[in-house]
Amino acid sequence: MKLRCECCGHEWNGAGINEYCPECGVEDKITKEDPERDLESVLRRYDPETSSLIPILQDAQERFGYLPRDVIKEIADFLHLPVSKVYGVATFYAQFRFEPLGDHMIRICHGTACHVKGADKIGEAVENKLDVKTGETTEDGTFTLERVACLGCCSLAPVMMIDDTAHGNLTREKAKDIIDKYREGDA
Amino acid sequence: MTTVKVGYASCGIAAGAKEIYELLEENLDKKGLDIRLEKVGCIGMCHNEPIVEIEDEEGTHTYGNLDVEDVDGLIEDHLVQKVPYEEKLITSPSEEYDYFAKQQKVVLRNSGKIDPESIDEYIERKGYEALKKALSMDPDEIIETIKESNLRGRGGAGFPTGLKWQFAKGAESEEKYVICNADEGDPGAFMDRSVLEGDPHAVLEGMIIGAYATGASKGYIYCRAEYPIAVKRLNIGIKEAREEGFLGEDILDSGFSFDIIVKEGAGAFVCGEETALMHSIEGERGMPRPRPPFPAQKGLFGKPTNINNVETWANVPWILRNGADKFASMGTEESGGTKVFALAGKIKRGGLVEVPIGTTLKEVIFDIGGGIANEKEFKAVQLGGPSGGCLPSKHLDTPVDYETLTEAGAIMGSGGMIVMDEDDCMVNVAHYFLDFTQEESCGKCTFCRVGTKRLLEMLSEFSKGRGTEEDIEKLKNMADKIKKYSLCGLGQTAPNPVLTTLRYFQDEYEAHLQEQTCPAEVCRELITFTISEGCIGCGTCIKECPADAIIGEAKEVHIIDQEICIKCGACQEVCPVDAVEVE
Repeated sequence: MKLRCECCGHEWNGAGINEYCPECGVEDKITKEDPERDLESVLRRYDPETSSLIPILQDAQERFGYLPRDVIKEIADFLHLPVSKVYGVATFYAQFRFEPLGDHMIRICHGTACHVKGADKIGEAVENKLDVKTGETTEDGTFTLERVACLGCCSLAPVMMIDDTAHGNLTREKAKDIIDKYREGDA
Repeated sequence: MTTVKVGYASCGIAAGAKEIYELLEENLDKKGLDIRLEKVGCIGMCHNEPIVEIEDEEGTHTYGNLDVEDVDGLIEDHLVQKVPYEEKLITSPSEEYDYFAKQQKVVLRNSGKIDPESIDEYIERKGYEALKKALSMDPDEIIETIKESNLRGRGGAGFPTGLKWQFAKGAESEEKYVICNADEGDPGAFMDRSVLEGDPHAVLEGMIIGAYATGASKGYIYCRAEYPIAVKRLNIGIKEAREEGFLGEDILDSGFSFDIIVKEGAGAFVCGEETALMHSIEGERGMPRPRPPFPAQKGLFGKPTNINNVETWANVPWILRNGADKFASMGTEESGGTKVFALAGKIKRGGLVEVPIGTTLKEVIFDIGGGIANEKEFKAVQLGGPSGGCLPSKHLDTPVDYETLTEAGAIMGSGGMIVMDEDDCMVNVAHYFLDFTQEESCGKCTFCRVGTKRLLEMLSEFSKGRGTEEDIEKLKNMADKIKKYSLCGLGQTAPNPVLTTLRYFQDEYEAHLQEQTCPAEVCRELITFTISEGCIGCGTCIKECPADAIIGEAKEVHIIDQEICIKCGACQEVCPVDAVEVE
């Protein structure tokens, strides 16, 4: 979420827990963009038992886009679990991320149907276009590029998904054009 | 009344169903036509998406491959002038589409027919009648019926469902659970997703019946997080079922109480394994444990648990309503009913296909799927995803049933069926699957964790033309050990794609190792791209080449610098005169 230091006016993104201003070090004059969107409101909906751990992590990631260290710590406290245990579970599953994401998430499908129809080539074309490797975020923070095992739209192979929209029957050209559209804000 | 149905499952939406639906909604409204517009689940013909079906007094007309530009014509011709909109007509009431001729719909009985977000439509098509019937029966009687139907687990292993239920029922405990395994992780498989998206109540009804038969009070559906539409529709379905009294306390005044919770998976393939799945629901790392104790004795939270796959559950209401005999008569002696396959790859008509067990591969691929696309030669069909195998053309007469497929080296698996043609390299395919299992191995068993990595390294070497006969023996030996010394299905089956390709396509491996060639021209280390005399010197490839490996003056034949070329094939794709050649 967006945070703002009322002391020096500095604005930054953070989890909103135990925050201090990176510019002037103030801790008690930080305002949150949306006070309802904090971890507290996530935790409130769950019983403090281990079986809630994965749903809480999912919910928290939904809120913050990723799982910052502070958030993990708060969740561990809430469930009376060691931080190492929470990290142990979170790192086991591919869904959880520990770095902030780009504005748009690109997932290149590498299902079997996409593989035989050239998913590798699409992945390469997008890597070249964005000048990142799979798993990375572009320098301007616009795109994060990932590979995914299967999106299940096999009849449209090869497929990539940008945010929640699947784009099928791709060629290198088509994939690059689609990314241009997102960059221009048309999509 | 005329009803317009838009196929609104994931693949339909990906192909543009949303835009079509919105435009139809807007224009029907504008024209003041009194027509019911509906979103339905997967119609099964993914190759024709987006699809619209119009049902009126004449019957059903199906239109496919629609663009937004077609919407006006569709409305004007079919709905106003009452003549079919010929341009995009696929089937009409007077002609059957041969895609469906050999199919039989049991699991997919409602998919594409009803609005999956409306319980009323499910009830209209005899939904929850099986539950009512079940509640008037003795649990043992239900289990007997399921046994007689010869229903076997559709998750892939094929364990008799009735027997599984009997074990769960026989376990003594205050608390028991049922689980629906909806963690469909095989790449290239989307059967379960389509069932959940198209007919969620069939799964819920099956689970309620199973819970009643086994004495469970709580159910979990463990669904892949990658299936947001399925999760949404399940939650709507559960809410509706509670409101109608099919779920919750004292179901239909029977004294039986049961409720269902949806748990979203978090992206771990191994969680499709039942003990790993249960650990995941418990909030742990999804790692498998040794069996026994089996889940029927000691499952979720240490309580007796009955776990079945989506498709298995969806069969249950049909069996109770139509009788075990009718179900059993559809399949083979060992296995009753139908199997849903996700047919994809180099096929003309891909989609969701449901055939009686025992149908041959040839019938599925050629009669239903229409054969290979782009006039290419059939090479292999891959069944069962990363746990399965590739079968060559001489096995096309193999019937799809658990035993015969296993004998041939593949498995029935969950239902992924990927067709490959002459352009696919079998060494590359084996590498692809192993790359997947190696990545997804949870790391618990050494042979799975380290062994798959070693196998993958060997295959990488093979694809570069490096290796000897001895290495093939080494690979087989390693594959054997991984199968033997892994705890769960992931490791036990991980070498299958390698072993079947070796068994049926040994010549391709030999070409890689002895002649350093890749016959399908896929493995990059073994191919070279060159530009022929036909080059018109247009410079398109120079612009396209990501490695800047192409040089040449305008209107003169260009040259690829082999030292720099990364063999991505981009030049070949863009060349307007097909002057780029591969060797």
